Amino acid sequence: MNIRKLLASVACLATLGGGVLAQQKIQINGAGATFPYPIYSKWFSEYNKLHPNVEINYQSIGSGGGIRQITNQTVFFGATDGPMTNEQLLAAPSKILHFPTVLGAVLPIYNIPNVNAELKFTGPLLADIFLGKVTKWNDPAIMKLNAGVNLPGSDITVVHRADNSGTTYIWADYLGKVSPEWKTKVGVSTGVNWPTGVGGKGNEGVAGLVSQTPGAIGYVELIYALQNKISYGLVQNMAGEFMKASEESVTAAAAGAATRMPADFRVSITNAEGPGVYPVSSFTWLLLYENPKDKAQAKVMLDFANWMLTEGQKFAGSLGYAPLPDPVVKLEMQALKKIKVS
Amino acid sequence: MQSKDLRFRLGTGAFALVLILLVVGIGVELTRQSMSSIVKFGLNFWRTQTWDPVVGDFGALPFIWGTLYSSILALVLATPVALGIAIFSSELAPSRLRQPLVFLIELLAAIPSIVYGLWGIFVLVPAVRALEVAIPSVLRQLPLFSGPPLGVGMLAAGLILAIMIIPFTSSVAREVLKSVPLAQREGAYALGATRFEAIRAALFFARTGIVGAVMLGFGRALGETMAVTMVIGNNPRISASLLAPQYTMAAVLANEFTEADTDLHIAALIEIGLVLFVITLVINGLSRLLIWSMARSSTPRAAAPLAEAAA
Amino acid sequence: MSNTTLRRKAVSSLFVGFCALSVLLALVPLALILFFVVAQGVQALNLDFFTHMPRPVGEPGGGMANAIVGTLILTGLGSLLAVPVGIMSGIYMSEYAGSRFAAATRFAADTLNGVPSIVIGVFVYGLAVLPFKQFSAFAGGIALGIMMIPIIARTTEELLLLIPGSMREGALALGATRARAVFTVVLPAALPGIVTGVVLALARIAGETAPLLFTSFNNRYFSTKLSQPIASLTVQVFTYAISPYADWHRQAWAGALVLVSIVLLCSLLARVATRRLERMHGG
Repeated sequence: MNIRKLLASVACLATLGGGVLAQQKIQINGAGATFPYPIYSKWFSEYNKLHPNVEINYQSIGSGGGIRQITNQTVFFGATDGPMTNEQLLAAPSKILHFPTVLGAVLPIYNIPNVNAELKFTGPLLADIFLGKVTKWNDPAIMKLNAGVNLPGSDITVVHRADNSGTTYIWADYLGKVSPEWKTKVGVSTGVNWPTGVGGKGNEGVAGLVSQTPGAIGYVELIYALQNKISYGLVQNMAGEFMKASEESVTAAAAGAATRMPADFRVSITNAEGPGVYPVSSFTWLLLYENPKDKAQAKVMLDFANWMLTEGQKFAGSLGYAPLPDPVVKLEMQALKKIKVS
Repeated sequence: MQSKDLRFRLGTGAFALVLILLVVGIGVELTRQSMSSIVKFGLNFWRTQTWDPVVGDFGALPFIWGTLYSSILALVLATPVALGIAIFSSELAPSRLRQPLVFLIELLAAIPSIVYGLWGIFVLVPAVRALEVAIPSVLRQLPLFSGPPLGVGMLAAGLILAIMIIPFTSSVAREVLKSVPLAQREGAYALGATRFEAIRAALFFARTGIVGAVMLGFGRALGETMAVTMVIGNNPRISASLLAPQYTMAAVLANEFTEADTDLHIAALIEIGLVLFVITLVINGLSRLLIWSMARSSTPRAAAPLAEAAA
Repeated sequence: MSNTTLRRKAVSSLFVGFCALSVLLALVPLALILFFVVAQGVQALNLDFFTHMPRPVGEPGGGMANAIVGTLILTGLGSLLAVPVGIMSGIYMSEYAGSRFAAATRFAADTLNGVPSIVIGVFVYGLAVLPFKQFSAFAGGIALGIMMIPIIARTTEELLLLIPGSMREGALALGATRARAVFTVVLPAALPGIVTGVVLALARIAGETAPLLFTSFNNRYFSTKLSQPIASLTVQVFTYAISPYADWHRQAWAGALVLVSIVLLCSLLARVATRRLERMHGG
């Protein structure tokens, strides 16, 4: 009799414990771009505070890595700075959807001893520098835009990315639009055959090399220029204004795109038209299967995506990103309904 | 007795087989995954210099050059120092110093390569730049010292690789020297040898082990990725100059692999892995020949009983 | 003293001087690097670092507890694979040194040593991740183990070869089987050196990121399940080091410090254990 009571109470405790565990932990793995890693980790952490049983594990292994892992289905979602090409979409086992999450900007950084001024650049000038055609800081093309700045006659050392990356993709995409020579000679990709210069590893590597090398010029994402306190230049937009990268100027670049947004959100917003636009801006995208296999994880990601598009955008500015403009958010929330969660 | 010995042979042999299968497996996988690149470029892959992912034109020559140059430079810089350390810690140091010294050298091996890389960017590269700026102009005419003093380049890469391989070569060389029978050294001293001459005899006795230690370090240098890519400049150009930014096979593979978008690009990168694999095989073959010719004069095991008998 | 004796003595003194100089030459970068790492990372070494999970930038109190545990698990798994395979292969290569199979094994070991870690990562990805569509600690352990094997095998082989043949012959003369002779006489004699090999192998893989990126992936949360992604100090340090934030950089350096300490601790423990064993054996 006593043994039976003991067994019964053990069984009760087990079911209770099982009930507690029924509020089961869901762990979702995602991989992709390094650029949005800081804000994604913030978002997943905030979401985890709201839903303690949801653990979204995002690792930044690169945009290409993200595309490859989601195609191989070793992760549930991917993240990329450069949209998937048609070939890549076809190679996936089923349809993958793109969802812009936040905006970023790439800027020219430089290190000229005794020059603290904010230099002005045009797109074609930047292309010529990175093509190796403009080789000295006191070149007439640079002097013309920056009258009053005492530019030295020293050599320009170009610093680019050694590793492939979405940042390079955005930079090359912009240069390709403003310089036909760049487009034909070098091209647009996450990694190109640089005509000149040295390669740094990662945004941090480029920032490090530029800050260590007198006379260097490079390109990095906005947050790296801000955090490393490195001089960065203004770039002329299509309206002729010389713009500094900021939350406002970057969001302005995306606002114009909302009217022409393709249904799959794969659009480049570099060299966008309109006033107040920073020309080297870009979306970064989340990649999700339209018909994912794991429905429980799909429900969670869908809920997260809706949270991200509304509440999540508030975290963008303080971390050095620009929030999505409202028209784009509305379009996305509609598109999210396509994901099959049952 | 025979069957037990046979079981011993088969048992240990099975583990040895695992090693061989791993290497064969890696070789096969490398070949399989780089097939589209092998088919497209054939032997030209080893000869051409262009590396253009946008156009899809790939040639590995600059990387082969960079890898061999940096590794050999590292070997030249590191081996004398590593052997000096090994000799000091096994023969010359007072016994109280030995353990702490061994500990410190192992510390060098324990530092993660990314830490080496970051230290490289922030400390080594500026120092090398200062050194390069100080090179007298008469030397600058030589191809070995030509080019602007950037700091990043072959010299920085060779230096950092040398620092990284020192603990490997010196630790193994130290253990090897410690294993040389005492009788052998005592015999030398009894014959009136100076310290140098006695140590030289011990080095000769342990020569195959010493070469093994050097090869261990060399292998490390060939495959090192993270630290090198941060200080070498990552520019795929062939140059004899120590000051020129260049590129190695392991570095380009690591840098471009995670982001490579086209299948051909990935295949070309894996083929670079295959090229490195083949080059490592060739270098090992050459060192085996070296060891074989050294061992021909007298094997350590053959000499040992004689030394024991003489004691 | 004759001229030649003076010359020989001079050469010997120069040589000794050179060896001492080499030690100093190696210790200088060591001191510089350590100073650099400690200066950058010591501020971030607090209780939070050892007990908390990573936190987003801007939130204080983030740590690498999961990564520390993860690295220990991954290194343990790697050693489980590499120590038996390495030592046994080393024994085979030294006992049957003349055979062609031993020559092939030696060749294979040296070649494996030169394979870049990222290639091994890609290899294990195809072997242990892709078929299961799952990143796992298990796969990470395999990748690290593969990298450790050649160092352990070659060190074991070289040291066993240097044990005088008389030791082996003595055991055999007393009627021991080959296995007995090796395991009870020869191997213990070479043990300190073999331990060095294992510690070197541990040091080699402790700092590796590339093979883990494609196998154990990394995990923002605490997990010890072998079939799931697991955090590791190297990947976490790498992720923080390439970020733009000073706080994350400090944590990266702190992580590097902890990593080096773990390896050194293993080395110390191994040395102590070996000395104990030697004393038991009678020296």
